[in-house]
Amino acid sequence: MSATLLKLDAVHTHIGAYHILHGVDLDVPAGEVTMLLGRNGAGKTTTLRTIMGLWAASSGAVQFDGQTIGGGSGKSGGQRSTPDIARLGIAYVPESMGIFGDLTVRENLLLAARGARRADDIDTTRLEWLFTLFPALKKFWLYPAGKLSGGQKQMLSVARAMIEPRRLLLIDEPSKGLAPSIVANLIEALRELKRTQTTVLLVEQNFSVAKALGDRVAVMDDGRVVHRGAMAELIADDAMQQRLLGLSLGAHQ
Amino acid sequence: MTGSRFDWIPIALVAALALGALPLIGSASTWLTLTMAGLAMGMIVFIAASGLTLVFGLMDVLNFGHGVFIALGAFVATTVLAGMADSTASPDLWTNLVAVFLAMLAAMALAGAVGWAFERVLVRPVYGQHLKQILITMGGMIIGEELIKVVWGPEQRPLPLPEGLRGSLLIAFGQDQAAIGKYRVLAVAIGLVVLIAMLYALNRTKIGLLVRAGVQDREMVESLGYRIRTLFIGVFIVGSALAGLGGVMWGLFQQNVIPQIGAQVNVLIFIVIIIGGLGSTLGCFIGALLVGLVVNYAGYLAPIVVTFSSIGLMVLVLLWRPQGLYPVTSR
Repeated sequence: MSATLLKLDAVHTHIGAYHILHGVDLDVPAGEVTMLLGRNGAGKTTTLRTIMGLWAASSGAVQFDGQTIGGGSGKSGGQRSTPDIARLGIAYVPESMGIFGDLTVRENLLLAARGARRADDIDTTRLEWLFTLFPALKKFWLYPAGKLSGGQKQMLSVARAMIEPRRLLLIDEPSKGLAPSIVANLIEALRELKRTQTTVLLVEQNFSVAKALGDRVAVMDDGRVVHRGAMAELIADDAMQQRLLGLSLGAHQ
Repeated sequence: MTGSRFDWIPIALVAALALGALPLIGSASTWLTLTMAGLAMGMIVFIAASGLTLVFGLMDVLNFGHGVFIALGAFVATTVLAGMADSTASPDLWTNLVAVFLAMLAAMALAGAVGWAFERVLVRPVYGQHLKQILITMGGMIIGEELIKVVWGPEQRPLPLPEGLRGSLLIAFGQDQAAIGKYRVLAVAIGLVVLIAMLYALNRTKIGLLVRAGVQDREMVESLGYRIRTLFIGVFIVGSALAGLGGVMWGLFQQNVIPQIGAQVNVLIFIVIIIGGLGSTLGCFIGALLVGLVVNYAGYLAPIVVTFSSIGLMVLVLLWRPQGLYPVTSR
């Protein structure tokens, strides 16, 4: 197993009066795709938002490449702001996709490319690569992103995270609400991303997507990680799937 | 605005309003005078309101203190122009314009600086809390108004137009002549410059892109690695400076200034940004033109309703489009 890029150590997160994460321990190895599974309300999205600094960890530590980026104890604390975390090379694709609907596809991608001041500054080989993965983006280049279909918006959201090389991608349920053919397209694109050795932490409810992409897996329940291991191991063990994932995931297959 | 159907209806509405007023007014020359006055007023209100619409759209901050920057700008202009009496009394238009531009520059610089302090001291502690924002920014405005009285005194101060900007241009119109105030022409010109500069900055620069994105989804802008607080402070300073500019123009429009000018204009600019769609620059512009025209037409046709005309306009617009003329999506 390769070195750990992201490590969560006993992370607790409160949102208002609610205690959502109850000591999450999670290792995300570099260069691999780690699937984060679990039923609704298990704390998967909260885990991603805590990593991103959108919600502060109330205790525990989030470490990225050896530096503390979240949680931390004492006044000096280690909580960094969301923009600082993003600038370390972490890209986030939220469940809501976070598309700027009034902005064109081009403008959405230009914003994600921090190094570019104008659309011409975007690395053309990378852009062409994204166009082959997501042809719709080229077709609707000058359209307001709000007019795209749900699947196209999801493609744009993922493409935004890929427009410049990033060290870690946090992707929240990209297959949610999409037609099977579009999900297949998305899996293909994420496989392509995997070939670039980018580290990915991917939240999914759809087990077939998890099977297709995951190297490692962590299963959450009730604000904790209750299982971690190799994806292949979970795929091979029906009883373990049944016990960890229950019917809520079976229904998605 | 490429590749999709641009919503022309609000722009057509301005034209329809102007054309619809023509038969009611009867005389074409009177109509032209009123229309030009309405457009000039609309431009001034737009400049005064443009900063507020950005601040509200970007940071969801209800700045009820915006009016104090308008008052500040107007009072700075009284001092600067009084100090340049030689230039303002000169019959040479260019000398006059230099004086007016210097007054505008001073007003914008001071309003921008005070805006920066206002954001740090009053607005920053109340992010995300609308009720507290209203209370503290209104409090800030009351204090600002009193401070203006300390510096400039409580009385009304004259702000006469420089020599070359007084009076009207007479334009032959059939057998009639339409009188168009010279200053109104200047106001329309400056309003257009501000509009074009803002639209350019918002649509053609990366900072503008960030502002437009931030209006829709602040969290995502931060997740992409941009510090939205820094951006917001910049917008607040620019917005306050524009309010200062609007104050100079409003003061010259009225030709006098009272410390309560901020509170008076405040109502008007809130009406304008509500009509426009809370956060939309183009909406704010169209809303301001509609208000300017309606107030001027009503003043001629039915002076008794002029006080209510802008609020009536807002009610009608909201009945038609409850989120304003150009609603900001994903809010």
